[in-house]
Amino acid sequence: MRRRIALAALTLVAVALVVSASWAALAPLAPASRDELFEIPRGTYERRMAGDKVGILPDTIHLTLGANDVLLLRNLDDVPQVFGPTLIMPGQSFRLPFEVASTYSFACTAHASGQMNIIVAPTPARGWARLEWRIKNFNKKIMKRDT
Amino acid sequence: MKIVQRLLVLFASLLLAASATAKPAALKAGVFDPPRAAPEFIAVSASKGGELKLANYRGKVVLLVFGFTQCPEVCPTTLATLAQARKQMGAQADAVQVVYVTVDPERDDIERIRQYLAAFDPSFVGGTARPPALEAVRKNYGVSAAKVPLSSGGYAMNHSTSIYLIDRAGLLRALMPYGHGAADFVHDLQALLAEK
Repeated sequence: MRRRIALAALTLVAVALVVSASWAALAPLAPASRDELFEIPRGTYERRMAGDKVGILPDTIHLTLGANDVLLLRNLDDVPQVFGPTLIMPGQSFRLPFEVASTYSFACTAHASGQMNIIVAPTPARGWARLEWRIKNFNKKIMKRDT
Repeated sequence: MKIVQRLLVLFASLLLAASATAKPAALKAGVFDPPRAAPEFIAVSASKGGELKLANYRGKVVLLVFGFTQCPEVCPTTLATLAQARKQMGAQADAVQVVYVTVDPERDDIERIRQYLAAFDPSFVGGTARPPALEAVRKNYGVSAAKVPLSSGGYAMNHSTSIYLIDRAGLLRALMPYGHGAADFVHDLQALLAEK
C-alpha cells in the first residue's frame, strides 16, 4: 500500500514537472512590465562626496526583447546626475525602449571605463531557449531577492 | 429609455477611446519624464551669421546634435540619417530644424562647419563658441567630449553620440541613441509635430 502511494506521489511530481517545463518552454512571454529599472537613491551625491563608491548601473546591462526591453532610469536624488547615456534631473526619469537585438554602447562618465554597454538579446524562441531563459530569469529574481 | 441609456454609454465609450488615442504616441527615442526646458545656449552661427540659439527655432521641433567635422563615422552617419529623415517628411520637414554644435572648437571654425553641414542638407544650422561656453552647454545636456591622441599625430574626439529631441515649446523631450534609422526619426518627429 505504501509503495503504491509513493509511486502515485512520484507520478504526480513527474507530471507536474513535465507540465511546468512544457509551460515554461511554450508559453509566450507576458511580463507585467517590460521595464528594467535602475534608481539613483536619495543621498547618493552626498555619499559620493563623502568618498563612498556608489555603483548603481553595472558596466553591462542585459535586456531581452519582449521581456525586459525598456531601460528605465530614475533619479531620486536631490541633484542632477549623469546616469547611463544622459543627464537626469532630480525627480526625473528616462525611459529608453529597445526594438532591435544588438549591443549598444554609450559614453558614460559615471563608469570608470567611461562606457556603458547594453546587450539586447532577441526574444527567446519557443522550446529549449525559452525554457532556459525562464530558468535563468527565475534564478536572477531569487538572487536579487536575497541580496 | 434603455436605448437612450445604451446610446449614452456608447457615446461615452467613443469619447474615452478618442481621448486615449489623442495621447502622444510612444516614441522610439528615450523619453524624459517630466520634460524640462531645453538648456539654452548662444553660439556663433556658422550658417546664417549672428547668434545661434534654440529660441530662434521655437515652434519647430529641434534635433540637437553634438559632433565634430573631422569625425570619421558617427557624425557623418548621424547627419546623413537626419537629412534622409527630413526628405522622407516632405512638406513637414519645414517644421524640423537640425542644430549642430561642435565639440571641437579648435579645428571647427564657422566656415568649416558651414561647408560641412551644407554637404548633408542646406537647412542644417550649426555653430561654435569659446571652449568654456561649449563645455557649459555640454554639461547642461550631460554630453561628454574628450580628445583622443592619434598615433598618426593630431587627435580625434571621443564624444556622446545621441541626438536630443526638443519640442515646439522648447522642452527637452527625448534622446535618440546613435544607430537608429531615418524611419525612427520620422516616427518621432511626426509624433511631436502632431502634438498641440
